Amino acid sequence: MRHSLKPSAGQITARLWMGAVFLFLYLPILTLVVLSFNGSPTVTSWGGWSLRWYQELSQDTEIISGLLLSLEIAFLTACASVVLGTLAALSLHRFKRFPGRTLFAGMVSSPLVMPEVIIGLSLLLMLVSMQRWFGFPERGLATIWLGHTLLGMAYATVVVQSRLQELNPQLEEAAQNLGCRPLQVFFLVTMPLIFQAIGSAWLLTFTLSLDDVVLASFLSGPGSTTLPITIFSRARLGLSPSVNAVATLTVAVVSVGVLLASVLMARGQRRRAMEMAAAYRGEQA
Amino acid sequence: MTISLRKGVSLFDKVSGPWGRAAVIAVPTVFLLLVFLLPFLVIFKISVSAMEAVYFTDVFTWADDALTIKIRLGNYLLLAQDSLYLETYLSSLGFAALTTAICLFIAYPFAYFMARSPADQRAALLMMVMLPFWTSFLLRVYAWKMLLANNGIVNNIAIAAGLITEPIPMMNTSFSLVLGMVYTYVPFMILPLYANLVKMDLRLLEAAMNLGATPWQSFWRITVPLSKSGIIAGSMLVFIPCVGEFVIPELLGGPQTLMIGRVLWDEFFSNNDWPMAASVAVVMVLMIIVPFAFFNKHQAESST
Repeated sequence: MRHSLKPSAGQITARLWMGAVFLFLYLPILTLVVLSFNGSPTVTSWGGWSLRWYQELSQDTEIISGLLLSLEIAFLTACASVVLGTLAALSLHRFKRFPGRTLFAGMVSSPLVMPEVIIGLSLLLMLVSMQRWFGFPERGLATIWLGHTLLGMAYATVVVQSRLQELNPQLEEAAQNLGCRPLQVFFLVTMPLIFQAIGSAWLLTFTLSLDDVVLASFLSGPGSTTLPITIFSRARLGLSPSVNAVATLTVAVVSVGVLLASVLMARGQRRRAMEMAAAYRGEQA
Repeated sequence: MTISLRKGVSLFDKVSGPWGRAAVIAVPTVFLLLVFLLPFLVIFKISVSAMEAVYFTDVFTWADDALTIKIRLGNYLLLAQDSLYLETYLSSLGFAALTTAICLFIAYPFAYFMARSPADQRAALLMMVMLPFWTSFLLRVYAWKMLLANNGIVNNIAIAAGLITEPIPMMNTSFSLVLGMVYTYVPFMILPLYANLVKMDLRLLEAAMNLGATPWQSFWRITVPLSKSGIIAGSMLVFIPCVGEFVIPELLGGPQTLMIGRVLWDEFFSNNDWPMAASVAVVMVLMIIVPFAFFNKHQAESST
């Protein structure tokens, strides 16, 4: 018994290694949060606790208007990415053979790794050519949305597809045998089962869009400066305390959001599991 | 486990019907062809044209019943002749390879320990790896600036503790660049490795042990070969985007750390030379096409 209580050398190494990696991952975030409450005007020397940067932030119209635009784009991106990603995931999961499937699979996953400067430049040059021939689209919200949706769709596909692979196909087959039409099968059986994955994909693509600076820089036009573009231009010039305040607010919103989402999802999953258990019991009775 | 009605036709094909199936595939396909593939053909075309005032010249012109195709290779010749471009391409590949190697070194033990930790802790650990991912990447990279600057946190603490007297210059060096890239991309290495290692059949290790293998032997001869697909997926997810990375070199790199993503950006935004930027991009695509094909093949295999 005493032997099992004492951690082995392997376990100690494991804990140290994992602790070091987590420290590495969280140190910058911790730095941002602590320094956002720094009263000193020089970012990295401590001048006591203060909320002055938050006060300045509330009057910073550039950041506020950037945030509003970014939120709008992120919302539209997440909705479009989830729809396209779900369709792409369904195509890849269900249809093992169709003409051009290899090309299709390649195109879906490519934006995951393709350097953003290439996606941004090529999309912009195409849009510029289009504009010369047809007179639209103007660079702005719509063009940024298009670029973000391309990226978001790739991520949404991965998330939804991995959920589809876990599903028991017999559930859908049963619904079909009981007389459901294809759309009914999808909305009554498949959709509730993958809803959680669609939710995570929505949140993921929302944050991706809210965070992107490269695609947005290429695709934005005059008057469509998103929040990351503003932050990036300030960060390039040097250290800026107001950026810390923005960062801390994002961390707070994201932590609450992720926590809330995971609690809700866990609850939904439990309820579904209970319903399924009840259904099985009913079957046996 | 779909029940096949005929060879190659799953029950789902029947369920969706030919029209439903076509519609499901067509919507994302049309989107990708227009927003992903077509732009590639466009930059290829523009890379062989010239900049003229605020727009580039047309490659194809139609006048006096004659189709003139004017392909200007000047940009590519410049890329081949100016040694700075070649150096930048090579140095981008070098930094990306170094970043990938360090990420693998950090992430493999991490993912391994995570996969072998008690099942009830794994979800929480996974959550902790993902959480930084949800907070802005831009801001996290920016935070390293505050940590590494000459008057930054690390130097200040080291001086206060009496470890050093003069600040060590860490910002705008190869060190800060690689650190920033490792920091940003290490979760992309951890996640596929973890997904792979957690699925491994541990009885294989027991069998190896029963046959007299030392833990070290069974690790190198069973665990590592079985996790090959995770290693490939993770490495490609780190290497390819690192080659063309722009934000990290711009914020953490210096004039000495040549990265091709920055060159492309400057050609476009500072020099306003769109055809040149397009040529830089085309050559970059050619450079990453082999790892890229590798990645796509791997993705395709994992999706079937």
